[in-house]
Amino acid sequence: MKYIIKKFFSMIVTLVVVSFCVFLAFNVIPGDPALRKLGTEASQELIEQTRQQMGLNDPLLVRYARWFASFLHGDMGTSFNYNVPVSGMILNKIPITLTMAVMSFLLTVLISIPLGITTAKHENGLLDRTITVTNQIVMAIPPFFSGILITFIFGMIFKFFTPGGFVSYTDDVVGFIRYLIFPSIAIALPKIAMTVKMLRSSLLDEAEKDYTRTAYSRGNNTNGVLYRHVLKNAMIPVITFLGMLLADMVAGSIVIEQVFSIPGISRILLTSISNRDYPVVQAIIMGIAAIVIVINLLVDIIYRIIDPRIEIAE
Amino acid sequence: MKDFLKKLKKNPYLIAGLIITGLILLLVIVGLFWMPYEPTKMSASEKLQGISVKHIMGTDNMGRDVFSRVMYGSRITLLIAIGTVLIGAGVGTVIGALTGFYGGFLDEVIMRVIDALFAFPSILLALVIVSVFGTGWSQLLLSLGIAFVPSFARIVRGEVLRVKSMDYIESAKLQGASDFRMIFVHILPNIKNVLASSVLIGFNNAVLAEAGLSYLGVGSQPPFASLGKMLSDSQQYMFTVPSICLCPGIVIVLMVLGFSFLGEGIRRWK
Amino acid sequence: MEIILDVTDLHIEFHDHDLPETVVEDFDLMLGKGEIVGIVGESGSGKSMSALAIAGLLNRHSMEKTGKIMFNGDNLLTCDRNKLRTYQGDEISIIFQEPMTSLNPVKRIGWQVEESLFIHHPEISKADRKKRAIRMLSSVGLDNAEDVYNMYPHELSGGMRQRVMIASAMIGNPQILIADEPTTALDVTVQAQIVELLKKLNREMGTSIIFISHDLSLVRQLCQRVIVMQKGKIVESGNTENVFKNPKDIYTKKLIAAIPKIDIGD
Repeated sequence: MKYIIKKFFSMIVTLVVVSFCVFLAFNVIPGDPALRKLGTEASQELIEQTRQQMGLNDPLLVRYARWFASFLHGDMGTSFNYNVPVSGMILNKIPITLTMAVMSFLLTVLISIPLGITTAKHENGLLDRTITVTNQIVMAIPPFFSGILITFIFGMIFKFFTPGGFVSYTDDVVGFIRYLIFPSIAIALPKIAMTVKMLRSSLLDEAEKDYTRTAYSRGNNTNGVLYRHVLKNAMIPVITFLGMLLADMVAGSIVIEQVFSIPGISRILLTSISNRDYPVVQAIIMGIAAIVIVINLLVDIIYRIIDPRIEIAE
Repeated sequence: MKDFLKKLKKNPYLIAGLIITGLILLLVIVGLFWMPYEPTKMSASEKLQGISVKHIMGTDNMGRDVFSRVMYGSRITLLIAIGTVLIGAGVGTVIGALTGFYGGFLDEVIMRVIDALFAFPSILLALVIVSVFGTGWSQLLLSLGIAFVPSFARIVRGEVLRVKSMDYIESAKLQGASDFRMIFVHILPNIKNVLASSVLIGFNNAVLAEAGLSYLGVGSQPPFASLGKMLSDSQQYMFTVPSICLCPGIVIVLMVLGFSFLGEGIRRWK
Repeated sequence: MEIILDVTDLHIEFHDHDLPETVVEDFDLMLGKGEIVGIVGESGSGKSMSALAIAGLLNRHSMEKTGKIMFNGDNLLTCDRNKLRTYQGDEISIIFQEPMTSLNPVKRIGWQVEESLFIHHPEISKADRKKRAIRMLSSVGLDNAEDVYNMYPHELSGGMRQRVMIASAMIGNPQILIADEPTTALDVTVQAQIVELLKKLNREMGTSIIFISHDLSLVRQLCQRVIVMQKGKIVESGNTENVFKNPKDIYTKKLIAAIPKIDIGD
């Protein structure tokens, strides 16, 4: 429990650090928002008045605190370009991105763990060597390229789905999930390859440890040693890795949404970047950062459950 | 030499890595001096052609020669990837070495920031920087470089901490070596192997990140070619003229694959 | 005395390099019911390899094992793996030199102590298993057995972990316990306690023990019979007191001469 509280506080610290970096990046470097809002032809007085209204004359830390507090209350600012609240623009898109990330994560876990165990069990066998080479190749294919290939093969040739025929979750949940399966595969493919490689080497490392000999001496067969003893130990580093992957998948979905023309966060983010619509970019980045940080906390908690030594090591 | 060939024969990964990387380098180096066409030259009469003797990878929707564009794009991707790794490894090594060596409060603060950034997907970090500084290949280089600093800083810091406590470092300290000398003469040379393998991995990640960002349209701006942008432009013609989309894609894959095979081959060398 | 284990002409050869490497040659051992036999020798003498072979734990790809290890009418070297497993942990148990790493770090002590019961006697209920595990833990000298049952290995000292290893080895009431340098990694005071514990278990449960050590004074305290090994071969064997008082082989003489005086006084 002490451990979890400690991790929770460290999460808060990280959140503050990240949010401050994001705030700095968007509020110090790129020009004057008041000028942006009014245009270069506005009078000096009007600009000064607007600056006062927008609170731009307050010290940086005050502005940061105000922004952070309102962010926590769900107020993410107003879009420069559309003059509507940012929250309204992005909140209904978040489920799309998150669903896709979770689906690709589940695919990764469900496929890579059995595959990793199989390759480790048959170390240097034909299957192991085939999977090892396939892994290297799959890791080299960027997700957007595999996405294009998947669209071509499964969408255009086999017609398993209609490219571009995205269905929103508000209309048809089943159709929504079905459309997201192939994008999720494209995100998951390289991650599966990485996880298999990682799990395989972790399992082989653990299999060399003394406690496996003890396990054999009690009359365990290979499966008994593997599933009752080695697997839990081997999963400890893999769980950290999977946590990082989940965070990566949230980000990776940005590219994949473009490939499969999914109207998620990505489209708004990219348009806002090219329009320099900072409040929107800032809110999206901050939102994703918050998700990533919460994922990290969850990984730490799972860690604590699986590895009893942690409290001592801390 | 004979011994070398014998060892090479037993190492298919290294052979494959050398061949693939060699081909890519050939493509880039030849492209510096000669390209079949001007990569930005459009031709209304030669739009969307398939593979032919005249255009060995076909032409795109503006009638530009895909092979020439691939040559040019690989050069840009390679340069950006190299630059990214140089910035990331250079700045990261300095930060990691100094924080690891001196420790204390500054180390605590910098590592908190680095940890926070590390947990943050690098493509997002790059997007933040691009959105602040604008799009273009130099911004892309800068943003990817910064995005790659945290991972190098963490690796180097960890290694410096490990090496620092070793006996001979202690004895160098007793002999009165300066801090600068300690870091650059005694400590850093000891971690070059770890650094080399992370550079190789970092290079691959840089190629993939560059391609991903140009795919999103925040890298090199038109009309200049980049492999990722070529993919996003030609995606809609995948069904009619697959070659113009497949070729740049395969070149990206080979670029990454060649280096990862090289890395694997070096790891298995012996 | 009833013979329960009969090893004849055991020969172990490793094929890791171009030239095969013989680690055990012409090893013979007869173990009587309730007997404690010591095997002594320096590291690399083949004593641990012989022990691992008897425990059925020497299964590398690049090796050759010949000879006979007869137990309960089966040759453990050639019998079916499944048959071998029914003995492992139930009839033949082993404890190792490194108590710090021989236990699984992420499993509770109780779970690990019970495991061989769980594998070999699935008919025993969970509650009974726990009762037996706690009884076993207290009979190896762990006072707070109920607490230890729920602990993890990292919460225990080296000596306590070795006691846990012994408890997990003895829970099935095996006929043979192989103790492979069980005290080498421990403090001198703890060493003596572990030796006393083995003596007690041998007396109370009637388990035969093969005690492997490079420490002759411990062997003298514990074993009725001793086998001296050097470079994979048996150089001398017989009644412990006879060997100590009247060593015939030069190597044995050297080993005995090397015992520090303080230990002989014990």
